[in-house]
Amino acid sequence: MKKKNYNILKGLTIVPISFWILFFVAIPLLYIVFISFMQRGDDGSIVYIPTISNYTRMANPLYVKVFWDSIIVAFITTLFTLVFGYPFAYFATKIKKYKIIIMMLIMAPFLTNSLIRTYGWIVILSTEGMLNHVFLRIGIIKEPLKMLYSYGAVMIGMIYTMFPFMVLPLYNSIDKMDRSYIEAAKDLGASKWKTFRTVTIPLTMPGIVAGCILVFIPSVGLFFIPDLMGGSNIMLIGNLIKNQFLEANDWPFGAALSIVMISISLILILVYVKIVVKKLDAEVF
Amino acid sequence: MNTKLSIGLERIYILFIFMFLYVPIAIIIMYSFNAGNSNVVFSGLTLDWYTKLFNDDNVITALVNSLTIATLSTVISAIIGTVGAIGLKRYKFKGKSVISFLVYIPIVIPEIIMGISLLVFFSVLHLNFGILTLILAHTTFCIPFVLINVKSRLSGFDMSIEEAAMDLGASKLTVFRTITLPMVFPAVVSGAMLAFALSLDDVIINILLSGPESTTLPIKIFAMLRFGQSPKINALCTIMLLTTFVVLILSQGIKLKREK
Amino acid sequence: MLKKRFKAVSILLAASVMGLTLVGCGKSSTSKTNNEKIVNVFTWANYVPDNVIKDYEKKTGIKVNFSNFSTNEEMLAKLQASKGGQYDVIICADYMVQIMSKQKNLLLKPIDKSAIPNYKNLDKAYLGQYYDKTNKYSVPYSLGSQMIVYNPDKVKIDIKGISDLWDPSLKDSEVLLNDSRSVIGMALTKLGYSINETNPAKLAEAKAELEKLRANVKVFDADIPMTSLINGDTAIGVMWGSQASAALKANPKFKIVYPKEGMQFEEDNLIIPVNAPHQKNAENFINFVLSGKASSDITTNIEYINVTTTAKEFMPKTILNNKAVYIPTEEFNKAKHLEDAGSASKLYDLIWSEFKQQ
Repeated sequence: MKKKNYNILKGLTIVPISFWILFFVAIPLLYIVFISFMQRGDDGSIVYIPTISNYTRMANPLYVKVFWDSIIVAFITTLFTLVFGYPFAYFATKIKKYKIIIMMLIMAPFLTNSLIRTYGWIVILSTEGMLNHVFLRIGIIKEPLKMLYSYGAVMIGMIYTMFPFMVLPLYNSIDKMDRSYIEAAKDLGASKWKTFRTVTIPLTMPGIVAGCILVFIPSVGLFFIPDLMGGSNIMLIGNLIKNQFLEANDWPFGAALSIVMISISLILILVYVKIVVKKLDAEVF
Repeated sequence: MNTKLSIGLERIYILFIFMFLYVPIAIIIMYSFNAGNSNVVFSGLTLDWYTKLFNDDNVITALVNSLTIATLSTVISAIIGTVGAIGLKRYKFKGKSVISFLVYIPIVIPEIIMGISLLVFFSVLHLNFGILTLILAHTTFCIPFVLINVKSRLSGFDMSIEEAAMDLGASKLTVFRTITLPMVFPAVVSGAMLAFALSLDDVIINILLSGPESTTLPIKIFAMLRFGQSPKINALCTIMLLTTFVVLILSQGIKLKREK
Repeated sequence: MLKKRFKAVSILLAASVMGLTLVGCGKSSTSKTNNEKIVNVFTWANYVPDNVIKDYEKKTGIKVNFSNFSTNEEMLAKLQASKGGQYDVIICADYMVQIMSKQKNLLLKPIDKSAIPNYKNLDKAYLGQYYDKTNKYSVPYSLGSQMIVYNPDKVKIDIKGISDLWDPSLKDSEVLLNDSRSVIGMALTKLGYSINETNPAKLAEAKAELEKLRANVKVFDADIPMTSLINGDTAIGVMWGSQASAALKANPKFKIVYPKEGMQFEEDNLIIPVNAPHQKNAENFINFVLSGKASSDITTNIEYINVTTTAKEFMPKTILNNKAVYIPTEEFNKAKHLEDAGSASKLYDLIWSEFKQQ
C-alpha cells in the first residue's frame, strides 16, 4: 500500500516538469545546437552543410571582448544588487506585521513596463532633465552634469531593473532563518560581525545563491538597458546575437554564439555554487 | 549600538531603497498628466490621455491579452515549478541531473534564441500562432523562476516535521497539503510575482510567437514610445499601479478583519 | 521494477495527451474560409494609423487584425514559420521584397492589379524600382529617407552633407541610427562608394574612415533618436524623416539638412503572402489605402513620403511645408537604396562590432 502511494506521488511531481522541460526546452535547444553547425547561404537562408566555422570565428579578440564586457556588466550588477539588497531584505524581514505588503511594494513598480520605467530614468538623468534642473536651481553646479549615456547610468538602470530578482529570494531565505541561532551566538559572546559572518550568512546562503543566479544569468543577455541608458555605445553579447538574427541574417553564427553564451553562464554558476558550498560548508541545493 | 538608533537607521535605509524604486514611477505618473506628448518635455496638466486610453480599443485588447497570458502562464508555471522543485529535491530518478541542468536553460538562453527555436518548433507541429503558443512560451521561461525560488526555500528544511506527521499516520498527500505547501508558499508567491512581471514585459517572444489576433501590450507600448504617444502608456501604467495598490489595501483590510 | 515501469508509462501517457491537445488546438483553425469579414495586416506598429483603420472598417464592415513586428527579419522568420499563411497584407521594406522574391519557396503572391483600381493613383516615379521592376509582387506604400538634423545653437559649422559629420568640432555630440548599414553606409558614401559595397578592400577603407568618426558619436538610437537631441544630450544627428519631424515639433529652432551626397532611402511596400487566408479582403484593403483621402491621412499621421498623386488635395498645408515629410523629387533621384549584403554580411558585422567597441 505504502509503495504504491510513493510511486504516484513521485510520478506526479516529476512527470510534469520533466515533460515540459524535455519538450519545450531540450528539443528547441537541440535545434539551436544543430544549426550552429550549419552555414549561412548567400541569400541569408540556412545551408545544411556542416561546419565548425561559426565557433572558430568567435576566437576573434573582438568577439571575445564582447563576451567579456557582458560578463563584467552582469557581475557588477549582481554584486551591487547583493550589497544593497541584502541589508534591505534583512531589515525588512524584521518588520513582522506587513510581510506581504512589503513584498508587493517591492514588486509593484515591476508590474509596470520596464521600458517605460527606464525612460523614467532618462527623464531624470538627461542633460535637461529633472536632476540637473534641481541641482542648477539649488546652485550645487553651474553647468548641467552629463549623467546619461555613461557606464554609471547603465549600472543604475541594470541595478534598478534586477533589484527584485535579488531581493525576493533573499527575503524568503532570511525570513525562514531561525533567529535562535543568532541569539545563541550572542549568548556565547560572539561580536555582531562574527555572528553575521559565521551564522547568518551560511544560514541564508541558499537565498544568496538563488538571488545571484537569478540576477547574473539574465543580466548577461540583457542589452536593452545598456542600449537605452548607455546610448548603445557598447556591444554586448545580447546585441551581437540579436544582430545575427535581425540584421546580418546569419542564424548559424547567432546560434553558435548563443550556445557559447549559455555554456559560459552555466559554467560560471557551477563554479560559483561549488566554491560557495565548499567554503562555507553550507547546504545550498 | 543603541537599539532604538539602529532600528531607526534600518527603517531609513528601507525608505531610501523604496524611494529609489519609486522615483521613475513618480515620473511616469507625473507625465501621464502631461499636456504635451513628449516623454521629456512637460507642458502642462491634462486628463486627456486617460480618456484617449479608454477609447483606444487596440490598447485595451492588448492589455487583456497580456493579462490573460501572464495569469495563465504564472499559474501553470507555479504549479509545475513548485511540484517540480519538491520532486527534484526529494527523489532520485534516472535523468535527474539532466533535468536539473535543463531547468536553468530558459533563463540562460537569450530571448531571441528561445523565440526563434520555439517558432520553428511550433511551425513543425503545424500550430497556429496565437494565445496558445504565447502561453506555452511564457510558461517555459517562467517555470525556472518559481522552481529556483522554491528549491532554495526547501533547502535546510527540517524533514523531521514531515516524518513526524507521517509517523502519526498522516498520508503523504496530507503532509504535502498541510506542512510542505504552507512552508514553501512565500517562495511560490515571490517566484510567481517575478514570473508575472516577466511575462507582462516580454517583447521579442511576443513578436515572434503571436498571431494576427493576439497583440500584446509590450509591443504596443514600444510602438507608442516611438510615435510620441507615450503619455497614454504612462496613464496605463498609473492605472495598473493604482489597481495593484487598491488590491493590496483591500487584501490587508480583509486580513485584519479576519484576525479580529 | 514497478517504479520504473510506472514512470515510463505515465510519461508516455502525459506526452501523448499533451501532444494531441496541442496539435488538435492547432489544426482546428485551418478550416477558415475566404468569406470571413476579416483582414490580417502585419507591419510596424502605428504604420497604418488608427483612424485609417477605423475608416476602413466603417466603410467595408471588414475587421482589421493589426499585428506588429519591429524588424523585417522578424517578419520573414514569422512568415516562413507559418508557411506564408496567417497574414493577408504585409507592409515591409524594399530589400526584404527583393530577398523574398528570390527565394526558392516563394512566399509572395503576384498582385492582381485588376482587383486594385486605385493602383492608378500611384506616382510613377516610385514604381518599377530595383527590387521588383514590374511591381509583380509589391505595391508601394510609403517612402522614408535618412536626413541630418541639428541644433544651430550648438553646432557652429556649416552642415551640408554626411562628410561634415566627421568634423572634429562635433566631438561627443552626435546621435546616429543604431543600424550597421546606415552607419557603415555613411562612411562608404563619404568615400564615394556604393552603400551596398561588397569588395573587402573598399570595406576596409570604410572601416578606417569610421574609426575617425567614433569620437564624435555619443548615442546610437534607431527607435527614438530625436530624444537625445531634444534632451540636449546631443547636438546633431542622422535620422528618418518622421523622427526629424518630431524633433522639429519639439524644438522649432532645429534645422534639417538633406545630405548633398544623397540620402539613404527605403521604400516600404504592400505585399500579399502566398497562402493569405483572405485574399479578396487583402486586395480590398490595399485599394483603400491607395485612395486619395486615406493616403493623405496616412502621410499626415506617419510623416513619411507619400507615394500617390491624388493625396495632395487632401493634405494639410503643414505637411506640404514640412521639410522632413515633403521631399522634392530631385532628392529621390540622388537616392541610395539598401540591398541585402549577401556573403559580405560577415564583414559588415565585424566592422560594426569593432566600430562599437572603440
